[in-house]
Amino acid sequence: MPERMTCPVLVQLVTEYLEGVMPPEDAAQFEEHLGRCPPCEVYLVQFRKTIEICGRLPEEVLPVEVKETLLAAFENWKANR
Amino acid sequence: MSDGTSASAILLSDDDTALVARLREGEAEAFEELVDKYHSALVRFARLYVPTHELAEDVVQETWMGVLRGLDRFEGRSSLKTWIFRIAANRAQTKGKREARTVPFAALASTEAGQEESVEVDRFLPPDHAERPNFWSTLPLDFDNQPEARLLSDETFAEIRRAIDTLPPMQATVITLRDLQQWSSTEVREALDITEANQRVLLHRARTKVRRAIEDYFARANGTGAPSDA
Repeated sequence: MPERMTCPVLVQLVTEYLEGVMPPEDAAQFEEHLGRCPPCEVYLVQFRKTIEICGRLPEEVLPVEVKETLLAAFENWKANR
Repeated sequence: MSDGTSASAILLSDDDTALVARLREGEAEAFEELVDKYHSALVRFARLYVPTHELAEDVVQETWMGVLRGLDRFEGRSSLKTWIFRIAANRAQTKGKREARTVPFAALASTEAGQEESVEVDRFLPPDHAERPNFWSTLPLDFDNQPEARLLSDETFAEIRRAIDTLPPMQATVITLRDLQQWSSTEVREALDITEANQRVLLHRARTKVRRAIEDYFARANGTGAPSDA
C-alpha cells in the first residue's frame, strides 16, 4: 500500500496540525512521519519559528502627518464633548 | 468620572477597561496607543472592501472619528478591538458601495482558498521518481542554526512585511490578524465572516509564503542562496 502521509502531503497539513483540529488518526500519522523524516521535522520547526517571529513584529510606524491629524482630532473631540 | 467600569463593561478585559477609562479621561497617549496598535491592521482590513490603498486610509480615518464619537456610549458588550473593526467594516461597506466594489467576503475567501496549486510543490521530487519518490528535492533550511540576532532583526521583519504586502488581500488580512495581532481563529472568522475551513486554508497559504520569504532571506544572508549584490 503506498504511503498516504508523504512529505508533500505533510507540508499541506501543518496549520491544521498546529491548530489542533486534525482527526486523531491523521495526527498520529503526521507525527509518525515526523519521527522518521528529519527534513519534515526541520520544516515544522521553520513553520513554528515563522509564526513566532510574526508575533514579535514591531508595530508599523505611522507617517507623522497621519498621526498628527488623528491626535488633533482627539483634542478636538475632547474640547467639544 | 471613574465609573467607566460599570456593570455593563464586565465583558471587557482589564486592559480594555483601563484603556477605555484613560480615553474617556481625555488622555492623548491612550489614543496614540490605540492608533499604533490597530491602524495598519485596519488599513489592511479596509482594503478588502475598497479598491485602493488611499480609500482604505480614508476609511480608517473615518473609523477613528467614529471611535471618538462612539466612545462615551461604548458599553463593552464586545471587546474594544471587535467594536473598532465593526465600525471600520461599516464605514468600508458604505465607501465600498460607492466605489462599486461589493464582492462578498465568502466569495473572495473561496477564490483565494481555491485558486492556487498546493503549497511547496516545487520542493519535492516527482511521485514517479526512481529512488526517492515525493522526497524533498531542496532540503528546508534549518532556522535553528541562524543567529538569534538575525531571527529577530529589522531586516527579517522587513522581509516579512514585504512578503505580506504581496499576498492576495484575504490571505494578507488573515495572517495579519492571526499571527501579527494574535487574534483567535474564532475572532478572525467572525470579523471576516468566512468559514473556519477557509480561514485555515488562507492562513496556511499565507504562512507558507512568509516562511519561504524568511528562508530565502536567511539563505542569501548565509551566502548559500541565489547570488546577491548586497
